[in-house]
Amino acid sequence: MLLTVQDIHKSYATADGPFAVLRGIDLTLGAGETLALTGESGSGKSTLLHLIGGLDTPDRGQIIINGSDIAALDDNGRAHLRRGTVGVVFQQFNLIPSLKVADNIAFQARLANQYDPAWTATLTDRMGLTSQLGKYPEQLSGGQQQRVAIARTLAPKPRLVLADEPTGNLDEGTAAIVMDLMLELVRETGAGLLMVTHSAALAARLGRRLHLRAGQVA
Amino acid sequence: MNAKALVIALLLPLMANAQGFAGLGSDSAGFSVPAPNPTFDFPRDHGPHDDYRIEWWYVTANLRSADGTAYGLQWTLFRSALAPTGGAGWAAPQLWMGHAAVTTPTDHYVSERLARGGIGQAGVTADPFSAWIDDWQMTGDMDALQMTASSPDFTYDMTMTADGPLVFHGDNGFSVKSAAGQASYYYSQPFYDISGTLSLPDGDFAVTGTAWLDREWSSQPLADNQTGWDWFSLSFDDGAKMMGFRLQQTDGQNYTSATWIAPDGTATAFPNGAFTAAPLMTHTTANRDIPVRWHVQLPEKGVNVIVDAINPDAWMTTSVPYWEGPVRVTGSHTGHGYLEMTGYE
Amino acid sequence: MTRATLQALLSHWWRNPLQLFTLLAGLALATALWSGVQAVNAEARASYRAAAATLGEGQYDRLGRRDGQPMDQATYITLRRAGWLVSPVVQGRLNGVRIVGIDPLTAPAGIGPVRLTQGADIADFLVGNGPLFANAATAGRLPDLQITITPDIAPGSAITDIGAAQRLLGKPGQIDSLIVAPVQPRERPDLADIAPQLVRQSAQGGSDIGRLTDSFHLNLTAFGLLSFAVGIFIVNGAIGLAFEQRRPVVRTLRALGLPLRRLIVLMAAELMFFALIAGGVGVMLGYVIAALLLPDVAATLRGLYGADVSGTLQLRPVWWLSGLAIALGGTAIAASGALWKMSRMPLLASAQPRALAMAAGQGAVMQGAAAALLLVIALILALTADGLIAGFALLGALLIGAALALPIILDRVLAATSARAKSITAQWFWADTRQQLPGLSLALMALLLAMAANVGVSTMVSSFRLTFTAFLDQRLASELYVSAQDATQAQAIIAYATPRVDAVLPIQSVETQIAGLQTEVFGARDHRTYRDNWTFLNAAPDLWDTTFAGQTILINEQLSRRANLRIGDTVPLQSQTLTIAGVYGDYGNPIGQALISEDLFAGLYPTVTPQRFGLRMDRSKVGDFVTRMAADIGIPASQTINQAGIKAFSLGVFDRTFTVTTALNVLTLAVAGFAILMSLLTLASMRVPQLAPAWAMGMTRAQLGRLELLRAVLLAMLTASLALPLGLGLAWALLAVVNVAAFGWQLPMYLFPADYARLGLFALIAAALAALWPAWRLARTPPADLLKVFSNER
Ligand SMILES: Nc1ncnc2c1ncn2[C@@H]1O[C@H](COP(=O)(O)OP(=O)(O)O)[C@@H](O)[C@H]1O
Ligand SMILES: [Mg+2]
Repeated sequence: MLLTVQDIHKSYATADGPFAVLRGIDLTLGAGETLALTGESGSGKSTLLHLIGGLDTPDRGQIIINGSDIAALDDNGRAHLRRGTVGVVFQQFNLIPSLKVADNIAFQARLANQYDPAWTATLTDRMGLTSQLGKYPEQLSGGQQQRVAIARTLAPKPRLVLADEPTGNLDEGTAAIVMDLMLELVRETGAGLLMVTHSAALAARLGRRLHLRAGQVA
Repeated sequence: MNAKALVIALLLPLMANAQGFAGLGSDSAGFSVPAPNPTFDFPRDHGPHDDYRIEWWYVTANLRSADGTAYGLQWTLFRSALAPTGGAGWAAPQLWMGHAAVTTPTDHYVSERLARGGIGQAGVTADPFSAWIDDWQMTGDMDALQMTASSPDFTYDMTMTADGPLVFHGDNGFSVKSAAGQASYYYSQPFYDISGTLSLPDGDFAVTGTAWLDREWSSQPLADNQTGWDWFSLSFDDGAKMMGFRLQQTDGQNYTSATWIAPDGTATAFPNGAFTAAPLMTHTTANRDIPVRWHVQLPEKGVNVIVDAINPDAWMTTSVPYWEGPVRVTGSHTGHGYLEMTGYE
Repeated sequence: MTRATLQALLSHWWRNPLQLFTLLAGLALATALWSGVQAVNAEARASYRAAAATLGEGQYDRLGRRDGQPMDQATYITLRRAGWLVSPVVQGRLNGVRIVGIDPLTAPAGIGPVRLTQGADIADFLVGNGPLFANAATAGRLPDLQITITPDIAPGSAITDIGAAQRLLGKPGQIDSLIVAPVQPRERPDLADIAPQLVRQSAQGGSDIGRLTDSFHLNLTAFGLLSFAVGIFIVNGAIGLAFEQRRPVVRTLRALGLPLRRLIVLMAAELMFFALIAGGVGVMLGYVIAALLLPDVAATLRGLYGADVSGTLQLRPVWWLSGLAIALGGTAIAASGALWKMSRMPLLASAQPRALAMAAGQGAVMQGAAAALLLVIALILALTADGLIAGFALLGALLIGAALALPIILDRVLAATSARAKSITAQWFWADTRQQLPGLSLALMALLLAMAANVGVSTMVSSFRLTFTAFLDQRLASELYVSAQDATQAQAIIAYATPRVDAVLPIQSVETQIAGLQTEVFGARDHRTYRDNWTFLNAAPDLWDTTFAGQTILINEQLSRRANLRIGDTVPLQSQTLTIAGVYGDYGNPIGQALISEDLFAGLYPTVTPQRFGLRMDRSKVGDFVTRMAADIGIPASQTINQAGIKAFSLGVFDRTFTVTTALNVLTLAVAGFAILMSLLTLASMRVPQLAPAWAMGMTRAQLGRLELLRAVLLAMLTASLALPLGLGLAWALLAVVNVAAFGWQLPMYLFPADYARLGLFALIAAALAALWPAWRLARTPPADLLKVFSNER
């Protein structure tokens, strides 16, 4: 199993005391599988995604990726995980403003020493970014920026792709194009995909669907 | 306040605004005070009287050059005592101040010197007579004097010979200055013929004319309410002379006194009120309005004259400033003289 | 409306106290540095003025006895009675205090700032019962005397009436010198006829010391100017950031209908209020700086120039004024630019601070053009400048031009480096550094100026020291100098010394005119002392051989410059025409000087006989020799000068100068460091969105923190490497242009790599210290804060 999540708990400290966002989540995801994560705003979708991506640590429970428990990892270990094994696409602000598009796309792969120029070129081409390589992120449209982010995430060929409403900020037409490209490319790499989305239509296009309510799987 | 200005203020109680020196008028502890019916002892009394606060040797002269231009000349030595003793050294309490001036119809040159009495830089000896401060000096005897002064602007070298007797003002030389009885010892030699050389920026001039020496000493010259004075020494063409002064009081009144001097030197003193002097015209000089034309009367001697300043700008830019300059007399009598005005602030 | 607006504007500061602090602290520090240096300068100058006023030194001619002994009081009376307007002065020491007795009745106005308030006081003063006048510190050294504290009196001096002074000093009837009033009567006898024993010393006579003093002040003034420039950059930075940060508030307020003009007026008023507070704090801080520095400055000046400078500081109202004026003026300049920008900003312009605007926008082009223009002006001035104003214009153009060019140069350098970077981390690091540049450039400019100022002034002071000690070696090459009072004594000295020392070198000179300039011509004996020790700015071959053969003449730099005389030119001297064979440096000398051989001198000026002698001997024997000469032929030690003693003394003086310079170095660097800290803290909030993606993609926070620190150090290093040539240019301008214009001689410039290395290290440490805290904060950013960047609700 690519990903196994067991009994994950997470609460945030607030002014009124601890606020439990996740209360015992379990899920699994195999290689090549796609899973949609839905739920109301504030139900803890992003929090769960962050925990799986090693961006934050759970209070309790286990997250096993490729057989190793990431809760046991330190800062360095989690950074290593983020570099090579897991790729994350956020709704916005995915890119490094000081680097050109080409360097943004190559960034994560080169950090992870998993840079494959041919694959990167393929990604760039498929994403229709070839003419944009010399630009800075701020010179691109929102749709283009998200395509750069997806290409960047897929460049190191991660085993697990996490996406948090990657098209939530785009208009419908653009969103559809970007989503098609993403699903197509993920499928080609054989990676597992966990995607947070609001859209029932989108969720329907993925293999499985998981609904969060009050911090638990409904 | 500058130290020098303070020294001068001390030196010149008479000429400063009397209100600033009220202490001097009333308090004379330790100093001798003029008393009525004086008897003078010459030549000793031509010399200094260290036990009186203030004293002066005061020469004014009306001169003419060969081309008829009128000049005025002043040579004055003031003595001011910090304590009623003489003595030698820097600490001796006698201070001296010299004023010298030359007035032409268009210019007025002034110079001032200061010195202490104990070191030989300034002083007066009675016999032989010598009065000096630095290189300024007046030497000889009272009937024949040699007088010099110098400044960056002018020098003069004069010879004076007396052509008449000494004249005693007030009551035989006891000159009362206020209704309250303030007084000084005061005599004059108004009968000098004078001649010599004036060196001015525009050349040297041989001049001749008449001069008037005033000698006065006291310890309590002004009353509390007196703010300044106007002093006239007039020589009429007929040979008679007149000295008159008017002390200005804060109450708007004046205190006047006069001496009529007949051509033979016989003096007649006139009490307060007999002599009157009224300003007719003022002139602005040194930012002050100064009367430069006066209506002067002594009815008992038939004097009813107009007195005009020859140079209205004869302002003495000395540490304590005042006006002093030659005048022309017209009216019932004609002649010339000198006018001194103080207290015009 | 006004109240609500103010509340909205001010609320920004309550929410961001750190920004308020940096604004106030930046302004206060800039003011402090400026007013501190000014205060030190002003205090030293005030001390000279007081000394000059106390003694009439430099202002008036003086009469004194030829032999330097006091004159009889009768001489004074003789002169006065001859029409000379002179005023007596008696002086001496009592408990180490210089007691000066004056006669207030004859002293020229302005001599003896004696303050008397009442008639009674002056009377007491004149009759010798009055007090002495001295400042508080001096008064403490005369416990038994009645002292009136008067701050204007020169330190270490007390003034009193001449009579009292004669008594206190045990000099009854004696006078040391006479001050000659500038305006004298029309006619008066010649001095020679009435007081032949007196000589007149003209007012300018002692002024070569004054010139050296001026040189030191120039040094301090240059520092003041530079610290001002540094300060202005900091103020400008602080204000600029304050405006940037409040753009969203401004936009909202305007959108709500607040008129632009009212907004501008309110913001200007608010800033002026801050400037007043910060300026006040700055003046106090400057006072502290000055108070800490002053003892060293005082010691320097007292040692170097014999000028007594008060070691304590008075808080003069003029500092308050100038300090507040600097704070307000600097704020006004900085704010007017920002307000102007705001007034032209479209209402709906992005409320986001535009991080890249400056690097990409028109501003950079304008700045580049201005920098280029200023640097071209500086270049032209460097080639043509002569005169003090041109010299300072050169300094200004060079400094501001370089400061403006700095961000552009750094940007180019970083772009080139990042293009060459191998690893993606390095590539990102350089690119990110380049992106930080606009936000840091003001702080870096301040660092550049601070560094350059330090390099420049250190070079100047050190060059001065090297030159001056070399000059002492040259001029005081003999181990001992002896002066005779008359020809008999001179003969006795020759006879006594010749068998006892290695060489007796007569020193003889006349004052004459060369090329219409006042020149002192020396006749020198052929000896290796000259050949070994003298160095030349320009030298013809074999110049000593030809000069000692009586064929050529050597002249000093002053004469060479003023008369435009060069090697190979000829000058007439009496009957002879001589070719110039060499030009030598002659520091601190206001007039021309020339050197010819002893024989030629004797031929040209047969009446002059030497009265001073340089004696060559083993250094260790000097002390003995002086003692024995005093015992054997009665030449007192006061007639000798021990060269080693002078050198040790002047080196000590320079060491103190360095203390002052080093203290100012550290201070300016600290201020620049503060500017960096301030900029980094301000940028910190903008940094999180820039760094979060890199973190999400697999970089650790610790790594990011380390890179932040490295970035600051690298930028400082780049800046320092640019500051070095700039500082050297600055030093060159000070030494070769400003000094020549001010004093007529050029100081050779030496390089001090070790000093520069140390300064560079200081700059890096300052930058590292400044970056430490922001970097540490960054490394500790909670992941949640980083994640917020991506959160949908943002
Ligand atoms: N750093 C944080 N501190 C406190 N509360 C947080 C934090 N991050 C998220 N939350 C809260 O946790 C809940 C879940 O948030 P999130 O996982 O972002 O929900 P979703 O992505 O499903 O909309 C929300 O109520 C949110 O306000
Ligand atoms: Mg979410």
